Amino acid sequence: MHPAASVILFTTLSGAGYGLLFWLGLWLLAGRETLPDLALPALAVGFVLVSVGLLASVAHLGRPLRAWRAFSQWRSSWLSREGMIAVISLAILVALAFALVAGAARGRVDVLALALCVAAALTIYCTARIYSSLRPIPAWHNAWVLPGYAVLAAATGAAWLSLLAALVAQAEALRMVALASLALFVLSVVVKVAYWRHVDRHGAGVDAASALALPAGSRVMPFEAPHTEANFLLKEMGFALARKHGRRLRRIVVMLLCLAPLPVLAAAFLQAGGVLAGAIGVLLAMLAVLVERWLFFAQARHVVMTYYDARPS
Amino acid sequence: MTALPPPGNKRLGLVIDLDTCVGCHACAVACKQWNDAGAYGPLNDQDGYGAEPDGAWLNRVHSYDVVTPEGDATTLHFPRSCLHCENAACVTVCPTGASFKRAEDGIVLVNPDTCIGCKLCAWACPYGAREIDPVEKTMKKCTLCVDRIDNPALPAHDRQPACVQACPTRARHFGDLGDPQSAVSKLVAERGGQALAPELGYKPTNRYLPPRKRRQRAGDTGAPARLDDHGFDAQKASPLLRWADRLLSR
Repeated sequence: MHPAASVILFTTLSGAGYGLLFWLGLWLLAGRETLPDLALPALAVGFVLVSVGLLASVAHLGRPLRAWRAFSQWRSSWLSREGMIAVISLAILVALAFALVAGAARGRVDVLALALCVAAALTIYCTARIYSSLRPIPAWHNAWVLPGYAVLAAATGAAWLSLLAALVAQAEALRMVALASLALFVLSVVVKVAYWRHVDRHGAGVDAASALALPAGSRVMPFEAPHTEANFLLKEMGFALARKHGRRLRRIVVMLLCLAPLPVLAAAFLQAGGVLAGAIGVLLAMLAVLVERWLFFAQARHVVMTYYDARPS
Repeated sequence: MTALPPPGNKRLGLVIDLDTCVGCHACAVACKQWNDAGAYGPLNDQDGYGAEPDGAWLNRVHSYDVVTPEGDATTLHFPRSCLHCENAACVTVCPTGASFKRAEDGIVLVNPDTCIGCKLCAWACPYGAREIDPVEKTMKKCTLCVDRIDNPALPAHDRQPACVQACPTRARHFGDLGDPQSAVSKLVAERGGQALAPELGYKPTNRYLPPRKRRQRAGDTGAPARLDDHGFDAQKASPLLRWADRLLSR
């Protein structure tokens, strides 16, 4: 599949944003914050990450001005559900920010924080389901896609929250989030390696004889393409560059995911330089997810390519 | 609405005969011509006469080299277009309701005024039936020429998809595959028509008639099975040939 920059940016940024909002909601629910020192900057950063991500996704559309129509088909479409819950999350975020600024009662803040947690988690779930519901792409239509999205969103969100905690010098929050992020990054390596093992074992999805309604066991070779130039299908679904560099890029993802929690931990337990260390942690984490997301698209093969590159096995 | 209608009794679709298709692309050209000006058109091209033309087509004709399980080599010309599936995932993934399946006859269509060009329907289609229009940036697909088959101003014999009318070898047939008594259903039953990649569960309406067994060897065509000297039976030959055979055999 063609790794469109708009969709990669969208899933990376909004994943981190909703991850951050999820952890912030939990932090508020745990009642550890008496003054909104951490919550307000975190809500602001979450808002920016999610909004930039959503705007990038709108840029993916052929007709961006019609984007509002996507809020109508939540009964059947994961994309529509995701759009709706993403916007609902933003509304909850704004309400929570107002409640914190106005010094609202504990109970009201708790309700909004819980709502934010649920909405952020649901948004990440819907994003993953857009991909995992697509049968013609075996690398996406499997049980590893949802945990992969969830754990990377949670890990990058935790990295962002620890950076913000270092910025506002909230030592207790910083230590807890740093430990959580260490666990999440380790888990994300496990999930991604399991995902890659799974997709490497499960092949093309459809055999050429079946795609052409021929008897099983027929050997098929294309000898004349249906068109002389590339078409939409080949540009959108025939992307093959990453197969060449796939191994190296996967190693880079694993390396970055292993390195990212180290500066985050350093930020939590060092006296000085916490902000710089936290920023390095965020940078490594975001870079890891960008490369991972690029591979997620570039290495995924759509079964329609069977019609173009059929080879006797 | 992107929810799929309950399966109806009427299921309009195409039956394509892979035995008689000669890969001439007349169906693809006729489709492009009609749908460029039809109700769901235009069907745009970009840089049509330039170095890298790009355009939306609703029908693409592949040609393959096939070796059958019996070891016979054949060519196969394979027109590929929307199969108007019963489980049309392209419809249910649509976030706007632009993609829909007509309840009355099962034809899958895209409303060009509400499509946002998110391409998710093309991702959801295993058969590559949908292509984005490079100028309008909305999704285009086979309409079974609804603007012909629904048009009461046309004489009955013209209410057929353009590809079916254009086919010089009559390899394309249009009709109701939900009616077991229809001409297309009988053809499918008689020739063992197949759905493409049924294991994916999309339940396509269109059917493809597999190639007949080819007459590839001399014996298959009615000639003596072996054309070498061992095929000469002196007992059955005329006296003149018997004499010549004796003379030449010395």
